[in-house]
Amino acid sequence: MRDTSSVGLVAPQTARFDDALVLKSGDVLPGFELVYETYGTLNAARSNAVLVCHALSGNHHVAGFHDPAHPQKTAGWWDNLVGVGKPLDTDRFFVVGVNNLGGCHGSTGPRSLNPATGKPYGADFPLLTVEDWVAAQMRLSDRLGIATWAAVMGGSLGGMQALQWTLACPERARHALVIASAPKLSAQNIAFNEVARQAIRSDPEFYGGHYYEHGATPRRGLKLARMVGHITYLSGDQMAEKFGRQLRHGQHRFNYEVEFEIESYLRHQGDKFADAFDANTYLIATKALDYFDPAFAYGGNLAAALARAKAGFFVASFTTDWRFAPERSHEIVHALLQNGLNVSYAEIECAAGHDSFLLDTPHYHQALAAYLKGIVL
Amino acid sequence: MSNALNTMRGRFDFEHIADWIRPASSVLDLGCGDGALLALLKRDKGIRGYGVELDPDNLLACLKNGVNVLQFDLEHGLADFEDDAFDYVMMSLSLQTVRHTVPLLREMLRVGHEAVVSFPNFGYKPHREAIAEGHMPVSRHLPYQWFNSPNVRFFTIADFEALCTHEQIRLLERLAFADGEVVREDPNLNAEVALYRLGRI
Repeated sequence: MRDTSSVGLVAPQTARFDDALVLKSGDVLPGFELVYETYGTLNAARSNAVLVCHALSGNHHVAGFHDPAHPQKTAGWWDNLVGVGKPLDTDRFFVVGVNNLGGCHGSTGPRSLNPATGKPYGADFPLLTVEDWVAAQMRLSDRLGIATWAAVMGGSLGGMQALQWTLACPERARHALVIASAPKLSAQNIAFNEVARQAIRSDPEFYGGHYYEHGATPRRGLKLARMVGHITYLSGDQMAEKFGRQLRHGQHRFNYEVEFEIESYLRHQGDKFADAFDANTYLIATKALDYFDPAFAYGGNLAAALARAKAGFFVASFTTDWRFAPERSHEIVHALLQNGLNVSYAEIECAAGHDSFLLDTPHYHQALAAYLKGIVL
Repeated sequence: MSNALNTMRGRFDFEHIADWIRPASSVLDLGCGDGALLALLKRDKGIRGYGVELDPDNLLACLKNGVNVLQFDLEHGLADFEDDAFDYVMMSLSLQTVRHTVPLLREMLRVGHEAVVSFPNFGYKPHREAIAEGHMPVSRHLPYQWFNSPNVRFFTIADFEALCTHEQIRLLERLAFADGEVVREDPNLNAEVALYRLGRI
């Protein structure tokens, strides 16, 4: 049966930017490309555009599908949110998904050719920040003729970009939807990222980040990184319920093959990811997460950092998310309240941990739909 | 706050509350239900307001009503709000559902310059009669049976005013109602609901 709420078959587009981009680190990218997709129609007033920012391992393919023969398999990562009659209703909104700078799905990243050497950037690709991503997205907004986004939204690292939009250009984002996010990483969050990075960097196939020229991939490192990450995306209860101590062979075999089902699951997730993602991009994205801290320049005072924001905010967290727990969203809400900004906050009951933001739990999607419906176009 | 209680939330008191609220002031509404009062104050008084609501269905109703709503648990206090953050902190027909009554009243007057509270009066004559007949009262403003009531504090107008005196809370204004009409004579006996504007001493 055809899904009439899907945006259907979609194809990515590429925008080329020839002006150099000065990064927060001081490094300069001489020019870059961004791959993006759009769904719905930009209205005459250009007032109905919504930017969807992706998280650590996401990309520009937010909704619809790429292969008509496999619509489910090639569906976008937030397909349950974007479409006709869905919370982000494409009958009403013009939705843009973009692969961030440094990505591995078509936008300029470590795999791209370094014009200075004619070889892939590899480890020479500069480190990026959420601020840099938003600066690059701003160029795309200009190119698409979108002076002001009706909303910028995202989950996790995507939520950080939405928040950053309201700080970098308060006039250009009327609303921000910051979901399962945090105003900065905790020491524990950074610790998990560092384990992931060490897993990649200590893989003999890493070659200091120049593995492309050696025809190699640090597959084992990337797999390990993903396995660690994946544990933090799920809740302990959910893992217990789904896998418990379930044995593959019904008995202990006293070897290092898969014995417990959770081992099989994690290995599978790691393998799948290692086949589809680039290790250098993973390193860059985890560093961008670590660096994000808008309050840093304000002596740790988040309210002072958010003082220039003007947007209306919708902040949401999930009860079983321990990676970016509800308390982290409270920090954002608290700082917004101190600035007297319009904000609504939902704490959604959902068992799926951090990954809850990708599910379509009724209260979650209903709340998103209600908030988005209230945005005046 | 439960839905049943919210449908009981008297619209009749909205106008009286609105009379007390200065135009363009800031308002925090605790247990704001579907946000109808905030929406009204926003429309008629141009207030800047936020509601606090734990119930997900009410949260949704608030979002649909276009008011700011925060899904915080009031039993954890008002730690997310700064001192003097609001001109008014309101709590309509919910005070009897909160366990930490005194800390909450103190918090309301820390965060707000003034507090506006309303509650069902357990001293209302028909309630006394029910007790005299040997049963807990069930009425329009106390629509629950003893075993399914969300109410955890049972008090009268006289009890509340005694508490305010003890806690050095100023009674700035009081209105009492029965059948949606203002009650002037012996409100502790004749009023179903009491509405107060409170201040600091």
